[in-house]
Amino acid sequence: MATREETPLDQEVLDKTLQAELAKGTDRRVAEGRARAAGVRAYRKMHGEPEREAKAPAEREHAAAAAAGGDGGGNGGTAAAAAAAMAAPGATVAYAPPPAAAVRTAPAPTGRAPSAKPGAPDKHRLLALVAPEGVQRVEREQGDRINVFPHLLIEEFVALLVVLAVVIVFSTFVQAPLRELANPNLTPNPSKAPWYFLGLQELLRYFHPMIAGVIVPTLILVGLMAVPYVDRNPSNKPGDRKLAITLFTMLFMFGATLTISGSFFRGPGFNWVWPWSQGIFFEL
Amino acid sequence: MEALDKVRETEVWKSVFRPGSIFRKGYKDTQRDRALAMMNNVLYHLHPVKIKRHGLKLTYTFCLGGLSFFLFALLTVTGIYLMFFYRPSADIGGAQAYSDMLTIRNTVFFGDLVRNIHRWSAHLMVFTVALHMARVFYTGAYKPPREFNWVVGVILLFLTLGLSFTGYLLPWDQLSIWAVTVGTNLAGYSPLIASQVRFLLLGGLEVGPATLLRWYVLHVLALPFVLVLFLAVHFWRIRKDGGISGPL
Repeated sequence: MATREETPLDQEVLDKTLQAELAKGTDRRVAEGRARAAGVRAYRKMHGEPEREAKAPAEREHAAAAAAGGDGGGNGGTAAAAAAAMAAPGATVAYAPPPAAAVRTAPAPTGRAPSAKPGAPDKHRLLALVAPEGVQRVEREQGDRINVFPHLLIEEFVALLVVLAVVIVFSTFVQAPLRELANPNLTPNPSKAPWYFLGLQELLRYFHPMIAGVIVPTLILVGLMAVPYVDRNPSNKPGDRKLAITLFTMLFMFGATLTISGSFFRGPGFNWVWPWSQGIFFEL
Repeated sequence: MEALDKVRETEVWKSVFRPGSIFRKGYKDTQRDRALAMMNNVLYHLHPVKIKRHGLKLTYTFCLGGLSFFLFALLTVTGIYLMFFYRPSADIGGAQAYSDMLTIRNTVFFGDLVRNIHRWSAHLMVFTVALHMARVFYTGAYKPPREFNWVVGVILLFLTLGLSFTGYLLPWDQLSIWAVTVGTNLAGYSPLIASQVRFLLLGGLEVGPATLLRWYVLHVLALPFVLVLFLAVHFWRIRKDGGISGPL
């Protein structure tokens, strides 16, 4: 689109640096870049920050007024930058190089928000400028990457087909249970909860209902959610996480043991039975 | 072949497949077409164009999350089929729910098989979701920046349990009402809110026709709706957090 306004620079320094870099045997493109940077730096050193500072205060007031009085107006312009852009339509904004200072904070609305170039079609409007700090950035190393299509999709599709086949074959040969019509006056013996609650029902044999039915489930829910905020160890190497892995495995096995015991080793009256002698009192 | 080319030239065909879709111009096995195949595919919501090579390693994820999602889809499809033949009514003297179960088993076309698939994959889904959680723990995949996605995952685990438990009541046989009676008794011991929560869950003092209707609505509409919302966040965060974790 429109050409960018040329950044003023010190031609003399540029030429000098370019010669020096080329003499050192630097690649021409790199040398030109360095020379240009040196030229701009030299110019700024001599002239200070260009015009921008003089212009800013007036526009800043303008933007603040617009932001305060702006009710959005259906433009969705909640960002102050957007308000500023709307408040000063057609105002040419000189391209200003970023300040040399190394502090990188999200910029406060300065009133210098760029507006459309003169003559540009009036179709687009700048809504907001998002500083890089406002976006969660993920360090993505350039590594060994492969195409999702076909490699991952094939793998997922095969896994899906295998599970589907297993489920269909299993369902063809194993009937899901359906007993006689529900009768609230006839309690079967034993009465068991679905299998995933049998650990809790087993716990009920040993502890007060308050503990087995309320405290333990709540602790499981809250404890699980808190895991990433409690475990601040940054490593994911199993060797560095012995405590975490031991604790989780113990709890998981504890739950599995209770569930298995409640499922297969509890018979009439929820009393202990040996499944190989008295049979299994368990239905899915 | 020529007829197929003609079809590809029609406005309708072009409106269905985006420019660059492999169904527009045919697929050549080049890097470019491999990328386009993903970018012009609805699966682009789930997967990027490229992933880390180690993401293919079956023994890292065991596909457990993906399979849980697949089972959820399978349960939705079979569940919709079952809904055509099931009425959640258990009035005294005419328990439609139970007689509809018998009809599904005995006379509905493939009803028995579909019901079996629905029930067994429901149990399997609880199992795969639990294993998925264990896998994520053992690979340390909940560590920054993925902390919140673990929390979403825990919510999804409990929603899965809720879906399974509400579905358990629907056959309205001796197994289901007594399992639900025992299960809700567990929750009935909380000191202050005990009876209120239980009353709210059951729609009465004990498991009855009101409970059946209530749990039916939860099972076919309310809980799946909430689950899908959290699933969307879960999948979105996987990509925003940089794909799957690892390698170890």
